[in-house]
Amino acid sequence: MVVDDRPIAPFNRRECAVAETHPAGGYRVFTLVDEQGPEPDPGQFYMLTAGDHWQGEAGRPYLPRAISVAAVTGNPGALRLMFLIDEVGPGTRLMAALEPGQTCLLAGPFGRPFSMPKALNPKAAGAILVGGGIGIAPLAILRRALVKRGVPSRTLLGFRDRAHSGGVDELFGCEETRLAFEDGSSGHRGYVTDLLLKVLAGDDPGGAVVYSCGPPMMLEAVRSICAESGTACELALESPMACGFGACFGCAVPKTDGTYLRLCVDGPVVSGDEIASAMAGEAA
Amino acid sequence: MDLSTEICGIPLDSPVLNGSGTFDPLAARRAFGDALIEDFPFAAFVSKTITRKTRVGNPPHRLWEAPSGLINSIGLPNPGLEAFVAGDLIELTGLPVPLIVSVMADSAEEFSLLVETISEVDGVAGIELNVSCPNVHSGLIVGEQPKETEALMKELRPLTDLPLIIKLTPNVANPHEVAIAAEAGGADGISMINTIKAAAIDRVHSRTWLGAGAGGLSGPAVRPIALAQVRAVSTAVEIPVIGMGGVEDADTALEFILAGARVVAIGTENFRDPQAGSKVRKGLAGALERRGFESLQAAQASTLS
Ligand SMILES: Cc1cc2nc3c(=O)[nH]c(=O)nc-3n(C[C@H](O)[C@H](O)[C@H](O)COP(=O)(O)OP(=O)(O)OC[C@H]3O[C@@H](n4cnc5c(N)ncnc54)[C@H](O)[C@@H]3O)c2cc1C
Ligand SMILES: Cc1cc2nc3c(=O)[nH]c(=O)nc-3n(C[C@H](O)[C@H](O)[C@H](O)COP(=O)(O)O)c2cc1C
Ligand code: FES
Repeated sequence: MVVDDRPIAPFNRRECAVAETHPAGGYRVFTLVDEQGPEPDPGQFYMLTAGDHWQGEAGRPYLPRAISVAAVTGNPGALRLMFLIDEVGPGTRLMAALEPGQTCLLAGPFGRPFSMPKALNPKAAGAILVGGGIGIAPLAILRRALVKRGVPSRTLLGFRDRAHSGGVDELFGCEETRLAFEDGSSGHRGYVTDLLLKVLAGDDPGGAVVYSCGPPMMLEAVRSICAESGTACELALESPMACGFGACFGCAVPKTDGTYLRLCVDGPVVSGDEIASAMAGEAA
Repeated sequence: MDLSTEICGIPLDSPVLNGSGTFDPLAARRAFGDALIEDFPFAAFVSKTITRKTRVGNPPHRLWEAPSGLINSIGLPNPGLEAFVAGDLIELTGLPVPLIVSVMADSAEEFSLLVETISEVDGVAGIELNVSCPNVHSGLIVGEQPKETEALMKELRPLTDLPLIIKLTPNVANPHEVAIAAEAGGADGISMINTIKAAAIDRVHSRTWLGAGAGGLSGPAVRPIALAQVRAVSTAVEIPVIGMGGVEDADTALEFILAGARVVAIGTENFRDPQAGSKVRKGLAGALERRGFESLQAAQASTLS
């Protein structure tokens, strides 16, 4: 039986009060109060069901949705879990509409968290966080954990446009955060991976560790940049998930050896060399 | 209220099992720790389907959410018989409840090997024969033909003392004909329904969404069909039926028992609520009382008018 040191989730699906909600750029932030769960590790996620409204639009959403925790405050017994929502369909639409006073069903925390830099590379001098779009959520909690441990980090974030980056100051603080916008509205015009290439060019690749989460195309670019430069990297991937705790085998992502990993158990954080491509889970 | 019962001679603390392939205690143990074992959600555990050789499963996508349901094309990933017996099976026999192992093969010889090998393992209480999985192109869908089913059962029956439960496919016009044939061939019980053939269309890219092209539908969306088939089969045979297909709570579990199932199994609801099995078990006494049943046995013995 595999025993690992990830936080152990309470064996249930529990009702949690919505404490606070607000818009953040193109996204929506909401905070749940978890009275039972342990403090999650950065990179872990929860399975969420937005209370009574579930199964609203023509029978969907029916299943819970996987959502990364973006920040955690408070102590076990009254943890405040912050989530960042990108409205892309019926499930996220209901979560984005949550208001204080309502509740949300939650199970977790689940999944393999990010490793600390020294575990990935004993010579690591610091961490480079590369995020895009909604993928900034798990990097935000990772960054806070790194700051707490005194590990220096630089954050490179990419967005479609200025409007979508509204939550960045709140989640990351302004220091050591560099932004790229595809529409050139400010910061670097282009992709966040351009920034990564520049940073890596000025660094000793043997001393860098990269953490990334974002759209599959961005993750794949980060994976191949790191593979080419011999930089250790961890990627937080997505795949459709029905359960989040290894029951359905639906979250398969192809590995380099032709087998599949179960992303909810063996991920969502994977090391860059475990997978052939960060886009392979997208479709056959 | 005492909810203890039995299926094919396997004693059960409650009439709530899991559907094959919808709960993995080893992965759940990693997520939930010892609490999973202390409050194990099912009265017996049915393993995911094991085949003779290793299967990696189907390419993504494997899931599509349907209205009040789920279409899956997982493709029966499993380590194969040998690795299963040497690995996962040892841990599964350590669960606090009886273990039923589900097996599937594309020939009678392979089925025989699976049944004989599993029967030799201490701690296995029963074997479920998956002759119905619609996702796999085995070339021989035994469960669609009564004669094939009876022949297979006759071949396997002498090989083991363990109860043999056959899992029926709902993708036939008359499932009770297959059930009657299975009973004649020596089956001890019937498990039903498996998922219903279904497709998901990716209209953004004008292609099928699922990597394997098509899959099977489960969840509340299939419940009315499951109830009709459970009723038809349970009135046609003497052997007991494990009823499943969209059980969500104690009330829907009771519907299956009233339709003729001896016990029920939870599948897709486990994904929504990891404790779904316990939720159904805990709610069952109340559901029975509300309907005026003095005992589980009274509901099991009742027939619909
Ligand atoms: C580990 C993990 C962490 C995540 N973290 C976050 C987060 O922090 N914030 C966030 O906003 N999102 C996050 N997601 C993504 C989110 O869980 C999914 O996008 C989810 O599917 C949204 O549900 P929905 O109903 O809003 O949209 P859906 O309707 O599910 O649409 C989302 C995508 O799923 C596909 N799709 C469309 N219809 C269906 C269908 N019927 N069945 C299956 N797939 C369909 C399409 O590709 C579509 O673009 C995370 C996902 C994972 C796996
Ligand atoms: C993701 C998934 C995997 C399944 N895997 C198997 C399997 O390996 N063997 C099997 O006999 N049935 C399998 N089934 C079918 C279920 O055991 C059950 O018969 C069916 O889902 C109907 O019940 P439900 O509506 O409660 O899910 C699977 C179902 C799902 C949703
Ligand atoms: S989401 Fe169900 S096994 Fe990973």
